Formats: sequence, C-alpha cells, structure tokens
Amino acid sequence: MDNQDQQAVAGAPTPALDDAPARLRLRDDAPFESPIAPLADFLAGGNFAAVRLEPGDDARALIPHFGRLKLIEVAFPKFRDGRGYSAARILREAGFSGEIRAAGDVLVDQLGFMRRVGFDSFAPNAPLDPGTVAATLDRFPHVYMKSSDGRPPVWALRHG
Amino acid sequence: MPRVLTGNRLETGDVLWWNGSDWSPRIADAVAIGDEGEALVARLVAEERINDPVLIDVTGEPGAFVPTTTRERVRASGPSVRADLARGSLSVEVI
Amino acid sequence: MYRYDQYDQAIVDARVAEFKDQVARRLRNEITEDQFKPLRLMNGLYLQLHAYMLRVAIPYGTLSGTQMRMLAHIARKYDRDYGHFTTRQNIQYNWIKLEQFADLLDDLSKVEMHAFQTSGNCIRNISSDQFAGAAADEVADPRPYAELLRQWSTLHPEFSFLPRKFKIAVIASDTDRAAIQLHDIGLQLRRNDAGDLGFRVYVGGGMGRTPILGQVVRDWIPVGQFLSYSEAILRVYNRYGRRDNIYKARIKILVTELGIEEFTRQVEAEWALLEPLGLDAPQAEYDRIIAQFAPPAFDPAANDDLDLSDPDFRLWVEQNVHPHKAPGYAIATISLKPRAGIPGDASSAQMDVIADLAERYAQDEIRVTHSQNLVLAHVRKSDLYAVWQALEAVDLATPNLDLVTDIIACPGMDYCTLANARSIPIAQKIAAKFENDIAEQRDIGELKIKVSGCINGCGHHHAGHIGILGVDKKGEEAYQLLLGGSGAEDASLAKILGPGFDENGIVAAVDRLIAFYRSARAAPDERFLDTYRRLGPAPFKAAVYG
Repeated sequence: MDNQDQQAVAGAPTPALDDAPARLRLRDDAPFESPIAPLADFLAGGNFAAVRLEPGDDARALIPHFGRLKLIEVAFPKFRDGRGYSAARILREAGFSGEIRAAGDVLVDQLGFMRRVGFDSFAPNAPLDPGTVAATLDRFPHVYMKSSDGRPPVWALRHG
Repeated sequence: MPRVLTGNRLETGDVLWWNGSDWSPRIADAVAIGDEGEALVARLVAEERINDPVLIDVTGEPGAFVPTTTRERVRASGPSVRADLARGSLSVEVI
Repeated sequence: MYRYDQYDQAIVDARVAEFKDQVARRLRNEITEDQFKPLRLMNGLYLQLHAYMLRVAIPYGTLSGTQMRMLAHIARKYDRDYGHFTTRQNIQYNWIKLEQFADLLDDLSKVEMHAFQTSGNCIRNISSDQFAGAAADEVADPRPYAELLRQWSTLHPEFSFLPRKFKIAVIASDTDRAAIQLHDIGLQLRRNDAGDLGFRVYVGGGMGRTPILGQVVRDWIPVGQFLSYSEAILRVYNRYGRRDNIYKARIKILVTELGIEEFTRQVEAEWALLEPLGLDAPQAEYDRIIAQFAPPAFDPAANDDLDLSDPDFRLWVEQNVHPHKAPGYAIATISLKPRAGIPGDASSAQMDVIADLAERYAQDEIRVTHSQNLVLAHVRKSDLYAVWQALEAVDLATPNLDLVTDIIACPGMDYCTLANARSIPIAQKIAAKFENDIAEQRDIGELKIKVSGCINGCGHHHAGHIGILGVDKKGEEAYQLLLGGSGAEDASLAKILGPGFDENGIVAAVDRLIAFYRSARAAPDERFLDTYRRLGPAPFKAAVYG
C-alpha cells in the first residue's frame, strides 16, 4: 500500500483507506474480506457472505438473501457501462445496509455519483489520488433529486 | 500514394500537420511519412498531447499536398461555406 | 421565465469548478483522453474538424435578452464572432479552445447558463414548444414541467452513463411544434374532464439510423407524479437498453425488441416500487416554478389593429407572424435562413440586436425553435413594424417561415467530424433557386426540407417533407432523397425515394419534385406533403428519375 493511500479523505462519515481490494471505504465497520462469489454460485447455495454482480445480473435476485450478505460487489468492467448504478440503488431501496463495493474500471470522477446511488466502498483498478477524491466527494453543496444517500433534494430545502 | 501525419492540439483543438520535426498549422509544411509512421502515431497516442493523430493519404508534391478525402480537405482549408475563415494553406476551392 | 435561486447557482458554480479541475488534470496528463472525453462531452465540448465545438444549453429554448447578449459576447471573445442555433434549441460555437474553456464557463454562469449534459450518454437539454405561454391552443404553459425535468435530470447519479443519449420534449397542445413523437420521451400536457393536468407519455421515438415514431406508454400520468414515472422509464432503459452495439443502444430499440406491452409492463412494475419513495417534487415546488412562468401583464387596451400598408412588412407579417392568445399581441418568428446564409447561424451583432428587441418589445424573452429560427413570443401588434424594421436592418427579416428556403441543415462535413457529406452547401444551392422570388415560394407553400450530413440525423431528414441525407460513396459525397416525413402532430417518417445523387444531382432532383408537385396538387392550398400522401411515391419517383 503506498503512503498516499493512508491519508484520510474528507467527507462524512470518516472514511478509511484499506488494503486492496477496497482502496476507499466510506464505512466505519471493519472491512469484510472473504471469497466473493459470482451470482450464480451464490444462488446455487454456497456458503458465501459476499457476492459479485456483473453488469447484466439482476440485483433483485439478492433481495431474499440480504440476511446472510455482508458485502455485495458490483463489477464495472468498463466505466461507461452504467448498469451498476441502478444495481446499487435497487439494493439500497430494498433495504440492504451492508457494504456495496464498486470494483473495476472505477474512475475518481464517478465517485460522487456512486456514493449517491449507495456505494460505500471502492476497489478501482488504478490507485486514487486522495486530494482528488476529497475534492470530488465534497464538490456539490446541493443535489436536485433524491437518491440512496439520504441527501435532501433542493426542493426539500426550498420548502422546508 | 504519399501519407502525411495530422492531429489536433489538445490545448486549442488546432488542426496540425507534422513537418518532420514539429507540428505546423499549415498543410503546406507537411512532410511525407514513410514506414516510420505507425511507430510515430503510437508514440503520439501514448504521449496524450495530440488528439486523434492519424496518417492520411495525399496526392501531389511536398508543399502542395492535397488530401484524398473531402473530410481531410475541409480540415486543411476550413469550412467550404466560410471562405473568410479559410486557413490559407490550402484553397477552399479544392474541396 | 425561470430565474436561478441560490441553490441553482450553487450547483452550476460547483459544476463549473468540477470541470475546471477536470480540464486541469487533463492538461497535466493525469487522465487520458479516453477518460477525459466523456467528461468533456457531458460539459458540451466536442472535438470537431477544425477545433473544439461547444454546445451551450438553452433549456426548453427560452432565454432572456441578457443571456442572448452573453451568447454574443462568447462569440466575440472566444469564437469567431458567430454561433449556430441547433435543432435541439441550443447554440453551438465552432472554434473553442480548451485552455480558454474555464473562463468561458465562468462567463456563462454569470447569466445562469451552462453547457451541462448537452452531449454524452445522459439526459440532454429538455426541448419544448417555441410558442409556449403565447399559443392560444395550449392547456397550460409546458415550460414549468420542462424546468422540473431539467432539475430532476441535472447530475442525476443513476442516469449519467446510460446506454446512449436521451432526449425529452414537452408540449401542451394538440399542435406539435416540438416533434415529441421523435423523442426518447415525448410528453403532451393535457387537461382531463375534472380539470386536472396530466401527461400523455410517448416513448421510444427517434431519428438516426433506425427512425421510429414514439408509442404511448401511458395515456395519463398526473403532473404530480411524472418525475417518478420518468425515473421508472429511465431505470428500465438503463438496466436493459442494449450496450453491445452503439447503433442499437437507444431506447427505441429496447421498446421495439420488447414490444410496447412488455415495455409498459416493466415500467409500471418499476414505477410501483419507485412511486412510494417520495421522488416527486412537492406541490409547493410546482407552484414556485409555475409562478416564475406567469404570463406577462398583457395590456388589455393593446391595439389589435395592424397597419399593413407597407407591402414588404405585410409579406413578413403574413409569413412570419402568428396569432397570440392575448388580443393586441403577436408571435414573431425571426428567420435565420437569410439569402445565401447558413441555416441557424447568427453573428454577434445580430444576437445583440435580437437581445435589444426582446428587452424593448418582447417581455425580455427569446425562443429558439427546432427549425433553427428564433421567436419573439410576446410582441404588441403596434410594435411589430418597429421590430420588423430593426430586423430588416440586420438581415433577419426574411419572410420565409416554413417555405422552401426555410431549410434545416446540420453543420455537416464543413464542421462535424461524424459527417459523411456537407449539408450547408446543399441547403444553400436549393435555396438559391427560389430565394429571389418570394411569390413563387409562397405559391409552393409550406415545404419543410431537412438536410443531414450523416445517418445520425441532426438535420432531421426523416422528419422532412423532403429529407436529404449525406452519405459517403467511395470517398465522394453523395445524397439520398427521402419524401413524406413530418415532425408535427401528423408525425411520419420520410422514406427513401430511389437511388442517390451527387451534389448537383440532388439540387436538380428537388427542383423536379417541386415542379411535379405544383402540376399535381389538387388545390392551390394542398401542401407538398399532402399531395405526396394522396398520390404516394410512384409519380414523384417518375418525376425525379424519369
């Protein structure tokens, strides 16, 4: 782990930077590292507490299994493939409170959107620059629409 | 058929041609590129300072190269509908 | 019209700061062009044939005099003294430098403008009726709903990496001046028997490589729920729209492949989950925005008579002026299709004149039309003559609205890196045959010619009464001829008539089509499109190909 990665990143809750695979976590609990099963293996009944969703997988297939899941990793083979954003939001809407990790071709300029839809850990292929991460996550003082991060949209601020 | 190397400068978007040692905004300065062209393009892509570097076919002699496609002739001369904005190194008339 | 509050301004300022930072990182080579490209596209910045091209958003095509004056300033300071109004009701500049872009965005943000989401695979600028708030046939001003959509779609975290771009249009009358059936989502505001407002929702329309008319996914959604319903449509699209083939990635392909019934079922199922989450803005927010679009205080004593003794003025009024819902007022369209001009182009000096006229005579509002013209929507009839004289002085009073010389053309291969052929010279050559004889143009009547330089169809060729599509034929520019399209309430898709032509051939073919139409029309007021629909393509084909 390189030294830069150990610096704390601004933003609440206080994020921690861990060993690979998650380079950035926005959760306070201890990182859960165990074998991450592909969706098919998980659904086949293996004893897994972590599962990986590929872009074409249906996140709703996991809803009956939230009780035994600690970590759901959402794969981004290409940063332009935005299906994972819907996957994360669907998981949060259905009540999943465990770790949702964006893994793969995850770029720093996407972190703000990813946090909004419910991701709270990140395992990008390339290292993140902590200064840019902090600036990105602190960028927008307001948001126009609800998502999965609990931030009030501006219409709620306007009309109390 | 001769080939020349062209691309756009990252900072400005300006259309450029390779004159053998540097970039020029005039196709009249372009030099014919030989077998070294592909390696040159690969190096430029990796440097990330010139966007869309590409070798294009031209006809004519050095100093008066004319691209074979309409698209590249438009890039070299300027919009055919705005002669007042022409680059001057290749007449809009050749489009 | 809508004015930013502290929240809108703070979001725009933050977005400008974000992109400045992204540009700086690109210039320092901290990110590659491949990574930077989607970031700059989502800020409206393309690399075109000659330079960077910037597309500035004009939400639902409405802007103030101050904003138009800033567009003129941008043209002078950062470009080559002109801009190009587009079929998306936006403006494009053709000679922008990346290294000056941060300053440009700062200037735009001073007048509540930006370039967000004018490109990229996200929800684009919302388009609407250029006569909104002035047309007698609307059930309500559609723009408050377009503004609600603008806010909902700006920096939407779930829908910024869609399979492909996404375009939404909103209208509020049975007459469709915004081509809603050719949008990914088309919304028609209606009033039911109980007096409530709701939308008919079309989905899956579009032009491009596979032109398709939108289908009704829901005949009625109350206005209070249309944002969550839109969210449901977008989520189904984001999850299941094709990503394996860029040419099949628009929502129209998903709707076609699933069928409208199955697509509707999926949207309704998604909406059942989303609607209870409280995603829709509260009534107070609707009221706040609607209040900002309150009609101006029209003078009930405004004189409804018009002195038409000047024959040139009369021509302009007959062709370019529409009735207004308020007595004593009129809607004036400014043609950006002057003789020998470039469709949609305006110089900074012309923009300044239009800004002045809007402030002085038109309630400080200007509209951009998808036909690349501009509109002054609220002009006192008693001021029309002064407006016309001022427009005439800067070559903006060509009386050719909807006539054969009012041609839509995309930038084509004179500017655009995607183009296969030039569009503007074709429009100019066709117009040149008619532009010296306004009587002949009026005799031909309404005729919408639309020219695109490639299959993406920015020139709306599939919606043209006569559509022209530039193609590449072994390195040479060639042009296909299409007939019978319409982007209006009688929407239809133009079909290819026969083999293509070279540049001179397509101009001659259009000439023959028009001559045949004039000989074959059933009555002097039967439009070209109606004659084509009545007779079918065969006689037109015979007239062109002999």
